Amino acid sequence: MADVRGGSYRERERSTTIDVVGDEPIYGTDVPNAADLEPEHELMTVNLGPHHPATHGVLRLLTTLEGETVTDIKPIIGYVHTGIEKSCEDQEYWKAITFVERMDYLAYYFNAMAFCMAVETLLEEEVPKRAQYLRVVHLELNRIASHLFWIATAALDIGAITMLWWGCRDRDLVLDLFEMSGGQRLHTRYFQVGGVFEDVPPGWAAKCREFLAVMPERIDQYEALLDRNEIWVRRNRHTGVVPQEQLLELGVTGPLLRASGHPWDLRKAMPYSSYEDFDFKIPVGTVGDNYDRYRVRLAEMRESLKIVEQALDGMPEGPWITPNRKVALPPRHELATSMEALIHHFKLVTEGFRVPPGEAYAPIESPRGELGCFVVADGSAKPARVHMRDPSFVNLQALAPMGEGGLIADFIASIAMLDPILGGIDR
Amino acid sequence: MPDATGLELIAQRVRDEVGEDAVSGTTFFRRQATLQVAPGSVRDVLTFLKEADAEPWDFLSSVHGCDYLPEEPRLGVHYQLLSMARQDRLNVKTRVGADEPTLPSVIELFPTANHQEREVYDMFGVVFEGHPDLRRILMPEDYEGYPQRRDFPMGGEPVLFTYNEKKLPNWYG
Repeated sequence: MADVRGGSYRERERSTTIDVVGDEPIYGTDVPNAADLEPEHELMTVNLGPHHPATHGVLRLLTTLEGETVTDIKPIIGYVHTGIEKSCEDQEYWKAITFVERMDYLAYYFNAMAFCMAVETLLEEEVPKRAQYLRVVHLELNRIASHLFWIATAALDIGAITMLWWGCRDRDLVLDLFEMSGGQRLHTRYFQVGGVFEDVPPGWAAKCREFLAVMPERIDQYEALLDRNEIWVRRNRHTGVVPQEQLLELGVTGPLLRASGHPWDLRKAMPYSSYEDFDFKIPVGTVGDNYDRYRVRLAEMRESLKIVEQALDGMPEGPWITPNRKVALPPRHELATSMEALIHHFKLVTEGFRVPPGEAYAPIESPRGELGCFVVADGSAKPARVHMRDPSFVNLQALAPMGEGGLIADFIASIAMLDPILGGIDR
Repeated sequence: MPDATGLELIAQRVRDEVGEDAVSGTTFFRRQATLQVAPGSVRDVLTFLKEADAEPWDFLSSVHGCDYLPEEPRLGVHYQLLSMARQDRLNVKTRVGADEPTLPSVIELFPTANHQEREVYDMFGVVFEGHPDLRRILMPEDYEGYPQRRDFPMGGEPVLFTYNEKKLPNWYG
């Protein structure tokens, strides 16, 4: 159908440009000259969140904008505060593991690990070597899964929707492994005080090695997709830079700190759970911008794969949980033959174990930084206080220096690269 | 962790430099060192440990509160110090009573304490003097009481359902 206005589209488009109009004022003569107008400095307050996919949960950011420049950021949190720390005070120690796992919901093994380590410190309970290795395998798989979900959602924020499918696809491979070893895909409650709940089933190691074989190639694919992607580079390079000194003052740890060039990793610096047995490197960045944060996390995934492989190769034989019957449940088959085992089982399930009075702080390196669990025992079977020093909660303070003075679009990229988990922030 | 002797040496240095009554005791438990300090001198002790001590503690990894209910003074605040250079940790702990729980804020010294002091205030009601923005952080702003205290009842808040809607007065406002 012919266009009633006549002429080609290209002609009409040109007709509105200045060179066609000439010197004639388009809107008449009474319009003031733009140069004579007072420049406007109007501040606009924008509520980012709490319900917005780019905030990775229910994070509310009271943002003040001047044009497109961010001048002030106030994070407002607490929307998913469920009082887990308070609830733990009403649970026996072995039941509280279930609660603490639900804090940082992408790093559930780490929460359980920190809590179990704190309780083991109080009990002075020795964890068998095989349990330590099994813990390392699961922790590192969880780190990979967490980073995969981070890159999936972070890339989605910047518009690379392919990464969402790829990241979630490969995270599913890890979740399959968790399902096989612990019976659950999320919140497995696989770690127990004194070891792990059960040995990995036959065939698990082979399946894990399949994953180890396929994953480096997948990471190559992510890098091929993102590393030199012009949009990705332009959005991330030289954005959200915070000086290293300021990061340290703000208590920031984890990949954010390492991206600025500080090689602080608790797995190396203060090893726990046999991390000193493994050969791995700490990836660090140079500039500390969002691009470095992305590179550091991707490199960390490769290092985690190396650790898992070494742990599978060197997996010692032996018990997977402490033989101390006062802390760990007796094996199921003993209950039919041993009265003592039955008594221990009954006491543990009905009352739980008692922990001598005292307090302990157990820090570990979670995918987001130092995750510390502080437990106070009063001699009863329930903790008097459980506190998680969650890295997301502390790292969130770095969001304002990352975003202020930059463009709002860069700020969205910075939120993504901060990797906040609101379940951990609000607890 | 500094061993028991190292902890005593730190305590002695603090006593010499900050004041004789700044340190109220030391605990070495499960290879974790705790320095107990008087509530009034928390900031002075942390300033000394961060800036003037021969073995400085330059990173504050955590601030958390605790309620030791039957004991007096019942509220405890812990400062987990970390030295990245020496891969070492030190816990500085202080106790305040529930009737007037005030502590000097260390936010000038360690900006990371901002959110964490707000959380301790929110959960235990410890007022940090000198904190620029001491508001509740996790609980709603109009919330009454300090939920992590041990005498705060678990499940003490009624949950609104249709069956108890009429029994809960003023639930709408």
